[in-house]
Amino acid sequence: MASVTMIVNGKEVTANVDPRTLLAQFLREHLHLTGTHVGCDTSQCGACVVHVDGRSIKSCTTLAVACDGASVTTIEGIGTPDNLHPMQAAFRENHGLQCGFCTPGMIMSAIDIVNRKGHKLDEHTIREELEGNICRCTGYHNIVKAVAAGAEAMAGK
Amino acid sequence: MYAFSYHSPKTVRQAATLLGKNPDAKVLAGGQTLLPTMKQRLASPSALIDLGKAEGLSGIEVKGRNVVIGAMTRHADVASSAIVGEAIPALAALAGGIGDPAVRNRGTIGGSLANNDPAADYPSAVLALNATIITNKRKIPADEFFQGMFSTALEEGEVIVKVSFPIPSKAAYEKFPNPASRYAMVGVFVAKKGSETRVAVTGAGSDGVFRSAECEAALKARFNPKSLDGVKVKAAGLNSDIHASSEYRAHLIPVIAKRAVAKAMAK
Repeated sequence: MASVTMIVNGKEVTANVDPRTLLAQFLREHLHLTGTHVGCDTSQCGACVVHVDGRSIKSCTTLAVACDGASVTTIEGIGTPDNLHPMQAAFRENHGLQCGFCTPGMIMSAIDIVNRKGHKLDEHTIREELEGNICRCTGYHNIVKAVAAGAEAMAGK
Repeated sequence: MYAFSYHSPKTVRQAATLLGKNPDAKVLAGGQTLLPTMKQRLASPSALIDLGKAEGLSGIEVKGRNVVIGAMTRHADVASSAIVGEAIPALAALAGGIGDPAVRNRGTIGGSLANNDPAADYPSAVLALNATIITNKRKIPADEFFQGMFSTALEEGEVIVKVSFPIPSKAAYEKFPNPASRYAMVGVFVAKKGSETRVAVTGAGSDGVFRSAECEAALKARFNPKSLDGVKVKAAGLNSDIHASSEYRAHLIPVIAKRAVAKAMAK
């Protein structure tokens, strides 16, 4: 077992974990933050994307112990049902989801795109930047619209 | 994933000592290849030595006529580095094309080189730019570093600390990605420095990254896409799989090299 301490959504957590515990497993099974999804488990699909120290990463391909001392933000940490993050609101308004499985990862990746590329995002940029997130329902069209709208809305916050 | 013991050394020296004590240990850098491999149980190291907290392994600086990149520098940081963008834009572009944004935020240059995946992008840059791999023990020239698929000159207890890239006069990287995996079926890095032109090919060789003697000979007289017209590369020693035959890859090499030279000249 190995001790790990990290800040998750603003709260410090410390736990003893088997070193092979993946960050995704730690978030879901130890902290019960089940908004982070595991789709492919082979770092293709992006359903598990969270932010570690402000950068998007695939939590199914990161050890929890390697995040010792880091600050982790999950989908639960960005908004509440009554007060959605602008990117969440944009996904709802633009019908950017159908089954919703990929949505947490899409939104965490989208926020990362805005952090790096700014609030005016063209379609080509969004599609390129979403290379690591797979949706099997929507055909991406409304996701791309949602990300562009969410990016603009984030400028007002 | 099979169980392992986890170690988080604070220095490279501690990491080397831990490697000496744990013969089956693997070094964990960004983990973007190692962890998936362990999850598939294709690797089962008894211990992981995580370099995440080891000092002095990340960062980018210009030293003389070289760009020096720390082994734990993430792909995203190389891609967005003003220093790399100015001195070797081809290298920044290559780093920005590895995997996807989330993978680039974790994966490291040292990890990619130590792994020497036959379809990885970085080995082609290191070989074409004639970089030097600096370890905790010695300096290894690119021509001696890569020793076949997933095999390098690194010895037991040896850890990559940084990589020094001589700044070329012209360089570019072009890849033909597999449409599904996005890994290079053929990736070509061309670099001209003084009178020397080096052409390194990844994704195609059954023994990993290699220099194309045919392309280099054609570009020696004149660094121009037209110089590659009619150049034939032998299919022997190239990969043949469900994605492409060795003949197809052989044909692609001068085609992609030509695009790379055109890109290098456009800058």
